[in-house]
Amino acid sequence: MNIQTTSLYRRRKLFNQLVMGACVAATLVGFLFLFAILFTLVTKGLSALSPSIFIERTRMSGGGLGNAIWGTVLMTSVATVLGTIIGVAAGTWLAEYGGKGWMAKVIRFINDILLSAPSIIIGLFIYAVVVVPMGNFSGWAGVLSLTVIIVPVVIRSTEDMLRLIPNSLREAAAALGAHRWWIIVRVCYSGARAGIITGILLGFARISGETAPLLFTSLNSNQWNFFRLGDEMANLPMTIYQNMTINAFIPDLVALAWGGALILTAAILILNIAARYFSRQRS
Amino acid sequence: MATNAIQTDSGLGRLSEATRKRLQRKARIDVLFERTLFVFAFAVLLLLGAIIASLIASSWPALQRFGLDFFTENRWAANVEIFGALPAIYGTLLTSFIAIVIAVPVSFGIAIFLTERCPGFLRQPLSTLIELLAGIPSIIYGMWGMEVLAPLLRTWFPTVFPAGTGLATAGIILAVMIIPFITAVSRDVINTVPAVMRESAYGLGCTTWEVASQVILPSVKTGLVGGVVLGLGRALGETMAVTFVIGNNLFLNTTLTGQGTSIAALIANQFSESDGTQRSALLALGLILFLITFVVLAIARYLLRNSTGRHA
Repeated sequence: MNIQTTSLYRRRKLFNQLVMGACVAATLVGFLFLFAILFTLVTKGLSALSPSIFIERTRMSGGGLGNAIWGTVLMTSVATVLGTIIGVAAGTWLAEYGGKGWMAKVIRFINDILLSAPSIIIGLFIYAVVVVPMGNFSGWAGVLSLTVIIVPVVIRSTEDMLRLIPNSLREAAAALGAHRWWIIVRVCYSGARAGIITGILLGFARISGETAPLLFTSLNSNQWNFFRLGDEMANLPMTIYQNMTINAFIPDLVALAWGGALILTAAILILNIAARYFSRQRS
Repeated sequence: MATNAIQTDSGLGRLSEATRKRLQRKARIDVLFERTLFVFAFAVLLLLGAIIASLIASSWPALQRFGLDFFTENRWAANVEIFGALPAIYGTLLTSFIAIVIAVPVSFGIAIFLTERCPGFLRQPLSTLIELLAGIPSIIYGMWGMEVLAPLLRTWFPTVFPAGTGLATAGIILAVMIIPFITAVSRDVINTVPAVMRESAYGLGCTTWEVASQVILPSVKTGLVGGVVLGLGRALGETMAVTFVIGNNLFLNTTLTGQGTSIAALIANQFSESDGTQRSALLALGLILFLITFVVLAIARYLLRNSTGRHA
């Protein structure tokens, strides 16, 4: 081997090490930032946590986050139920009937756009079509804006999961005399159940942290509203936002906001892990 | 499905009356089932139409009144009823641009590390971690930016960041927010490359970097660009991560690090206290944002049409 090739080898090896070093550095920097955020969240959040935070309602002095947590749980749950009904039905049509037709292609494309549309736009939309005609901010408006956000997520995962069911299963059921709707309900859904539930859980996690669509729909409230979705509804993300901005001059409320942020993030991470657990059961 | 009913009818001559009735009922259920599902799927189209229509309708008064001035006026001054979208559009585009410039090299670096170089026992945990981090709500990033990053920037670079907040700070926060997202998409896209291609390149004596840059990245180029554009779409429309740190300066300030505003931040800040023309002007901003993101997302989906990522 002459000197020229050895030096070429050396240069290639050196360059490779440099770039791979840069990749490792990128990984470290990326994770460093993300861990810094989690660290701040945990340290600031833990000091604000106490049992009373879950029980007391929000007040200008003292108080807790009880009504806000309840409002978020209620609104996201109702939105998830509505979103599941609409999303599973539409996703089923796309996977089982739409196929490669132009209508299905258009719907799929539009759904993908809605999947990543800015959530504040959804808030403006619901404001224009629900809040203005009704005349006041309401929990229902919040529920609807969250529904609009979760529906595309559920449609996408339902369709993807149903497509994983082999056609031979459908054909076998049809050969036994089953009607198409019966095949879908009994054969396809039972095979895709875990995947669909995963999608729903991921969507649930996503909408529980959404703030922007609630700004002009459910607004916020410092009362216990329980099931009165017709009124302005307290919710965790809006409470955090208000405590960090217009109420930021009150240190106690800022501390509460960090406590709320920790609760919210922990809940979302747990939902994500649960979703992963479900999808692992499938395989 | 309508043909199905006819076919079953014609073959039923030999069956008893009761069986025939039962089968016909089931066939009707079949048709009904398909129609019902279709109504829900069609609702998706109606939804997009309704979003665009309602935004146009409610922003019409402002657009009609200001016309092209809406896009050229360089300030947003509600007290004197001057509404220029320029500062907000500039802020939206610039913060997203900064975010992409920072996030793309880092995300690709992480994705290459994860797929090509990561020790086996770390690969799964790190991938899962990245996906989990992509799920953190954006308001958390905004809070961290305001309470930690902005003060840090102010202390470390007082000349560049006199207030700590500003367009560049918002860009950095957006970058941190979309890094897990772009990384997850890139990793999925890179994983679609068949192992054989990788192995043959190694067999020819390529280094890891040569395999990555000459074989893997070119073969999934469109998918990677699609992932980046999807991240861009996310950065453009982001509200909460930006509102806290962008500075909320409503005059056009064509610097990189100065205080500014973005479309989403301006809407979030002013909408609830606005009425009349101002409200309509804010809705017009929303319409502009929706059109920008629509184009960006359409491009992303076109580029990603062959990849099988399931990301939001």
